[in-house]
Amino acid sequence: MEKQIWVWADYRNYFQSRVTLQILARATDLAKKTDAVVCAVVFGDRVDEYVAEYIAHGAQKVYVTDDPFLNTYNVESYAFLLSALVRRFQPETLLVGATRFGQEIAPRVAKQLNTGLTADCIDLDIDDKGRLVQIAPSFGGNLIAKIITPNARPQMATIRPGTFQELPHDDDAKGEKIPIPLPDHMPAPRVRCLKSELHPVRARKIETADIVITGGRGMGSKGKFKKLFDLAALLNAEVGATRPVVYADWISSDAMVGQAGKHIRPKLLFSFGVSGAIQHTAALADAKFIVAVNKNPNATMMKLADVALVADANQACSGIIRALKQRIRN
Amino acid sequence: MLHIIVCIKQVPMVSELPWDPRTGTLKRETAQGMMDPAARRALEAALQIKADRTSGPVRITAVSMGPPMAEEVLYEARALGADQGVLLTDPCMAGADTCMTAVILGKFIKIHCPDAGLILCGSMSSDSETAQVGPQLAEDLDIPAIGYARRLELVDGCIRVERHVDDFLELMEMDLPGLVTIDHAGESDRYTPRYVALGGVEAAFNTGNIQVMNRQALGLDHAFNALKHSPTKIMDVYSPVTEKKGRVLTGAVKKMVDTLFDDYGKIISSAMGKDLKTHDHEEDK
Repeated sequence: MEKQIWVWADYRNYFQSRVTLQILARATDLAKKTDAVVCAVVFGDRVDEYVAEYIAHGAQKVYVTDDPFLNTYNVESYAFLLSALVRRFQPETLLVGATRFGQEIAPRVAKQLNTGLTADCIDLDIDDKGRLVQIAPSFGGNLIAKIITPNARPQMATIRPGTFQELPHDDDAKGEKIPIPLPDHMPAPRVRCLKSELHPVRARKIETADIVITGGRGMGSKGKFKKLFDLAALLNAEVGATRPVVYADWISSDAMVGQAGKHIRPKLLFSFGVSGAIQHTAALADAKFIVAVNKNPNATMMKLADVALVADANQACSGIIRALKQRIRN
Repeated sequence: MLHIIVCIKQVPMVSELPWDPRTGTLKRETAQGMMDPAARRALEAALQIKADRTSGPVRITAVSMGPPMAEEVLYEARALGADQGVLLTDPCMAGADTCMTAVILGKFIKIHCPDAGLILCGSMSSDSETAQVGPQLAEDLDIPAIGYARRLELVDGCIRVERHVDDFLELMEMDLPGLVTIDHAGESDRYTPRYVALGGVEAAFNTGNIQVMNRQALGLDHAFNALKHSPTKIMDVYSPVTEKKGRVLTGAVKKMVDTLFDDYGKIISSAMGKDLKTHDHEEDK
């Protein structure tokens, strides 16, 4: 039986979230190492558009259950279907995007199949025995753990959006579509969706911004933190924050950069008053150029920086705003 | 009477994690514990349902699985208004992954709380951040579940939940018994946790009423070993800090900022997509 790596296709916010395409790209690398076939699994109502898209982004096979019954995301029905398909086709590995829906469905499928699941991986690899190495922040996010699922199958992991880079769209890519009819014995969903409307948190996204400014507790106060928005306006940047800042309610949670928040890959990152706990820094490792400001030269964030300014974050922010205004004007 | 079970995790106090500067690792054994912030919000949701006279009589059981010291968060839950606290603790439970944690919590509910109507959990704990125990517990109990609730309401014996999931605002409904996880991010202030006066915690300690349950009380056989039975295994743990040989600037802020723009202005202006004059102080002369 051929080895398969499955990627559960989360397309509900296709235009906002490219997580399925990102995971397909990584699955393509992993498949080369284990001689496996990359498969996408799509559930929904009239989904041909997505099937074509996944093939163009690396899926060699796409299992599709296309039925009006599946027109809204329902975690119970979807988990039931996904578990049933896994039992039938026995993939080695099942990867799911760590969207909120992905984080609801994956644990249920893992429990139904009695297998392990590693949450929010920041990387995936294959060890010398051909097993999937799931790399995830652990121990309060201060350490990285390498986790395997030695015996149970499939090996399951969720992957935070933005972790991997999608492959370019390839119109000539060939893939096989495998229709799977909806089973007759689908259980009636016990959870009813009364209303679901698209309500994006914000129009612009820090995940795709060229310049991101992140602030930590070192900014001093909620009032002083606002200065970062003045700088962002000048730089055409987005503002992100660490977890303590979000928890202190200096900024809303959609700005949180970190394992439990957004993964960013800007060309330029300014970091103000951030000490650099790994749950934050793991999510910005792909930033091309980092300027960090901190009073403490030994802060982790300062060691990750290309340029580290030993200074009070708030004063440095004011200084940069002043200099920038002058230089833009000139 | 509606019996609400609130699952509460004790987590290390992240802001005060003690580090070993030589190895760069966390001295977890000396870390101080606190009630997980998301679990605190779940408890708040339960307390609000209890306070709402229209829900009828409500009983709240707070349960935690963990080492003996996790008892602290249950006293705190009692002080906040939970009617009962139960600690599931046994050496054989150590090292449980989310799957095994769900099994152990499930045993407790099935054996000791068969009347449980509503089970509340935090959507994601602040230490492991997996968001997996809630959904897996629902699966273990074979009851419906709704995640990431920002607001919940009892309506004609059903539970109605408002949530924000992946850019969608949703209103969901399910019959009881069911499980709801409360959004850890708390975009609305609905479940901002209340605080308890110190006297309240002291009183809770005095009245006791924390039940401790071990392996036998949960009907787990003597061969049960959560670490061994967990499907995932940790192979290796390391400190991920990769240091760059970056340039460190010190001194007056103005001078540092000028150096930043003079030496790295090209990088900044190219990211901005805008030309910046990078040597103006030279040209001003």
